[in-house]
Amino acid sequence: MTTTELYIGAEVLRKEDPELVTGQANFIDNHVLPGMLWMAMVRPPYVHAAVNSIDTSAAKSMPGVVGVYTAADLEVGGLPFVWPITEDIKVPVHYPLTKDRIRFNGDAVAVVVAETREQALDAAENVTADVTELPAVTTMEAAMADDAPLIHEELGSNITVHWSHGGAGDQGIFDTAPVVVQEHYHQPRLIPNAIEPRGCLASSIRSMGEFTLWTSTQIPHIAKVTLSGVCGIPEEKLRVIAPDVGGGFGSKLNVYAEEALALVLSRETGRPVKWIEERSENYVATTHGRGVTHDCTLAGTPEGKILGLKFVEIADLGAYYQLLTPGIPELGGWVYMGPYAPETYWFEFRGVLTNASPTDAYRGAGRPEATYVLERLVDAYARKIGKDPAEVRRMNFHPPFDVATTSICGLNVDSGNYEPALDRALELADYQQFRKEQQSRRDGSDIRQIGIGLSTYIEMCGLAPSNILGALRYAAGGWDAATIRCLPTGKVVVATGTSPHGQGHETTWSQIVADGLGVTPDDITVLHGDTQVTPLGMDTYGSRSLSVGGVALHFAMEKIKEKARTIAAHELEVSEDDLEYADNAFRVKGAPDKARTIPELALSAWHAHDLPAGTEPNLDATAVYDPPNFTWPSGTHICVVEVDTQTGATDILRYVAVDDCGTVINPMIVEGQVHGGVAQGIAEALYEEAIYDESGNLTTSSMTQYLIPGATEIPNMTLDRTVTPSTTNPLGVKGIGEAGTIASPPAVINAVVDAVSHLGVTDVGKPASPERVWRAIRDAKGGAA
Amino acid sequence: MIPAAFEYARAESVDHAIELLSSNEDAKILAGGHSLLPLMRLRLARPAMLVDIGRVQDLSGISADGDSVVIGALTRHHDVANSEVLQELCPIVAHTAGEIGDPQVRHMGTIGGSVAHADPASDMPAVMVALGAQMTIRGAGGASRTVAAVDFFKGLFTADLAENEVLTEVRVPATRSAGWSYIKFHRRAQDWALVGVAAVRQNGSAHVALTNMGQTPIRAAGVEEALNGGADPATAAARADEGVSPPSDAFGSAEYRRELVKVLVRRALEEALAG
Amino acid sequence: MTHVAVSVNGTPREADVEPRTLLVYFLRETLGLTGTNVGCDTSSCGSCTVLLDGESVKSCTLLAAQADGRAVTTIEALASNGDLHPLQEAFHRNHGLQCGYCTPGMLMAAASYLKENPTPTEEDVRESLEGNLCRCTGYQNIVKSILDAAGSMSGAKA
Repeated sequence: MTTTELYIGAEVLRKEDPELVTGQANFIDNHVLPGMLWMAMVRPPYVHAAVNSIDTSAAKSMPGVVGVYTAADLEVGGLPFVWPITEDIKVPVHYPLTKDRIRFNGDAVAVVVAETREQALDAAENVTADVTELPAVTTMEAAMADDAPLIHEELGSNITVHWSHGGAGDQGIFDTAPVVVQEHYHQPRLIPNAIEPRGCLASSIRSMGEFTLWTSTQIPHIAKVTLSGVCGIPEEKLRVIAPDVGGGFGSKLNVYAEEALALVLSRETGRPVKWIEERSENYVATTHGRGVTHDCTLAGTPEGKILGLKFVEIADLGAYYQLLTPGIPELGGWVYMGPYAPETYWFEFRGVLTNASPTDAYRGAGRPEATYVLERLVDAYARKIGKDPAEVRRMNFHPPFDVATTSICGLNVDSGNYEPALDRALELADYQQFRKEQQSRRDGSDIRQIGIGLSTYIEMCGLAPSNILGALRYAAGGWDAATIRCLPTGKVVVATGTSPHGQGHETTWSQIVADGLGVTPDDITVLHGDTQVTPLGMDTYGSRSLSVGGVALHFAMEKIKEKARTIAAHELEVSEDDLEYADNAFRVKGAPDKARTIPELALSAWHAHDLPAGTEPNLDATAVYDPPNFTWPSGTHICVVEVDTQTGATDILRYVAVDDCGTVINPMIVEGQVHGGVAQGIAEALYEEAIYDESGNLTTSSMTQYLIPGATEIPNMTLDRTVTPSTTNPLGVKGIGEAGTIASPPAVINAVVDAVSHLGVTDVGKPASPERVWRAIRDAKGGAA
Repeated sequence: MIPAAFEYARAESVDHAIELLSSNEDAKILAGGHSLLPLMRLRLARPAMLVDIGRVQDLSGISADGDSVVIGALTRHHDVANSEVLQELCPIVAHTAGEIGDPQVRHMGTIGGSVAHADPASDMPAVMVALGAQMTIRGAGGASRTVAAVDFFKGLFTADLAENEVLTEVRVPATRSAGWSYIKFHRRAQDWALVGVAAVRQNGSAHVALTNMGQTPIRAAGVEEALNGGADPATAAARADEGVSPPSDAFGSAEYRRELVKVLVRRALEEALAG
Repeated sequence: MTHVAVSVNGTPREADVEPRTLLVYFLRETLGLTGTNVGCDTSSCGSCTVLLDGESVKSCTLLAAQADGRAVTTIEALASNGDLHPLQEAFHRNHGLQCGYCTPGMLMAAASYLKENPTPTEEDVRESLEGNLCRCTGYQNIVKSILDAAGSMSGAKA
């Protein structure tokens, strides 16, 4: 069966855009219901404190206040945590309102509902908590000390999980190899900063026990299943809708206290309850990312062959677990070999509780952390043996393969061909030319020095084969679903289980279906993000949507075409074997004018006047796809920087990204994903960092102190691709949502270090702020700047 | 967030504003609002009353007056930046106004608000000090007084301005074609200066003032002294950390600022003296 | 309460509001013009950018009372007579948006800037966006969109 590829691979403009460019989008704060109340959270300004009592009386008497509730006043269960990665993991209890202890800046002790937004905020300020402040644990090191204050006393320790993985190969190599490189890297906490803060609106019909929750989330389906339990709402009575969602980046891959409270309070008050997060509130109450340290060891030869890789990580989990918290470092645990082929592999991590916001997925989720330390380590190795870092990478690449191959990490990698991307990136970056320029500036002791940084990466996408998730003790599956309905008027409705928030699924999915069914993208409507409209789904995260949800679409189309063929054969009075699908129609072999298109067959199936025996009316199908394997994108990023050695300031002169995400459906959207991902990675490398003071209060508590870069800070990027189709799925797709964020931080930091390595600098911490660079230079010179 | 509740009054004239300020406790002036409203939104400031002077006539505008340029306190950064009068007669002021905040902020924020707020991280105060600008202040009963910039900035967020006084205009000298430089070192374009350096040549001598190196804009007296003694920029800049007390914050430590300021002063001097 | 009378998108609108009402909430909640978004509480992100007497301002850092007697233009009025503004066309054509939350602010900031400088360089455009944050696009296609729109607008005039 052949299809004509008119739309797959084409730069089809986005169907999502018209409402977004005209201000007609439907973000959560645009939702208003009659009688709606406003909810505000009471988060006392403490880091760690025992709550003695809470006085709500003043707040209750304020204008417009309908109710003020503490944990004692509400029936609501603990928030969901779905990834207990080991049998002996210690799991803290996490209630939407803390009962007796404040454990981080974002912990809420009470919630207010009032008639207006202003009244709710005013009343929340007037709830007072009598507390006894406790010593705060503000760093991972402090959390692990023998006499550390316990954040959850019932757990007996702040170290709650230890996961190790690997052991492949000769672990003795780390002592016996001719070259052993050891490095320690710290990656600070990051604040995801979707430009739309979180928010939700809950509504109930009490007499029916029915609830609807509109929420700015990446995961309406997972939210429905878990919130049903938290709130005591039968699952079939809860509908969750993700409206237009203004970015997520992992921070909306979660189920939060406010969603549960809004539902419970809509039941309590009988009125709709709305909550919109303030940005400053977002900085403490929404999950953070990263927050890890690694001790890294590379065993190699003097010629440049990597023999073994070993990483021992400590991960800052924060004060509680959110949905996946300790699963994030585990997810990274499968990519510490990168695109290389070492003989020995070891990874382990300990998860540690601290008095800070819970960490969880942030674009890349575990894989950027892994890629950063690996790629920094490879550069350190190249420096140590005096080799070109590009050539060291090249000589260690796993040889090309187009049959799934078991990697040293223990998983099957679908396909890979790493060298072409490296070659192309070196060419686009004018690598040799910049090396010459670098030498000339070094020779001239210029104030502004050039540095070139590489990052060659692989990532693990397409989460995930359900059986592997089960083996990893994750509570849910990794499948996704699609339903296609061919309407009698020639139009097509697609219901997908993925839940886009900027990725353009409506466009990409339309391209796939248009080619598959012989219609145009304009004929197709894609529905998503509503558990009543798309009951089957596992949502959007982990670069999974196309490689799982998009593939489900493919299989649903196969079912449609199978049924359509039966009807076509009946109408054309031939056997099915005498039909071929060509030029968007089933045609009689040898008599191509005798044909039926799928829209024609959809009409036949609808009026059902003359269907073959045993064929049900209507042309529609649902497919659920559980991927047999992950997908493994790869690529090379190169960053060229200029560092002012007097001020420490870094300018990016060139950024090149050559990615391989398998088959590309829409190159324009793929490039957009890379642009955004790289920008977030540059932000991580040079600007962003959650900073806490000695008492554990967040210093970078607003957008004026947490440095999200703007248009003047992010450079133009030069992009290209190689294409190594995935062997996991029939579309050959791999995923692109996170590649930029995974690949870019080490490329940038390697470039910064490279710019000043001739001055004796071997490391610059992340983010490489001007001050950090200045200090690194000063320290390398022995203290005198 | 949304500010805590307050009373709002619109002043019809400067004297009306002074009357409102005099008769209401904890009243604050609202000009462009771009220093005050962000603090009020985070509820870090909670004035009981705002006296909006945004519509008072004759408080905005830029005009040459002999060897000075007079800038009305309500003149927006955007208009300061684009003023042909300033670009010709006192270009450092026009340039620096264009470095403040971002375009939207410059469309609302005013030179008077920026100066009266006396934020040591703001750009314009150091420029005012380097220029030896004069601040015209009106008080109760039509009283008017003039204060030199170097005396006007008294402390952290504290200007020489009583609760019931209004800054009405800023008078800067016409430096014309004399060399100048304002270097704003910041992490992102929209950020405040981590360190800023204003350098201007006037009557053969150089004046240097520093942004965000202490509780107020700081006059780099040591640098000026060295220059007057014939030192070259590099030598003079080495004294840029004399008398400073910079903050340590998320953008950089005091230690770093002390070193950075020397680099930036040298660069600013080289630029200003080349002109 | 304070009485506020503003010309919004060419139509006179008035209401009595609390003095603390920010212009953005006056637009969104009093007038139901929800196209203007709020992304922060520190005048940093620019999502709430509208035009006040034709110039870009951050409507989250302005009291509705400050706009009294003046003209406000929001994203809802950027298109005229059903035709998209060249900037809107260009953002669509160049994939200048992803989640779209910052987009109204970006468009209004750019509309204001192109009136000031109809033939900007890439660097000009980047500087003109220093008050607007985007988390999705890395800015590259936003800048490309604005340059494209500037080209088509000046071409149309020529």
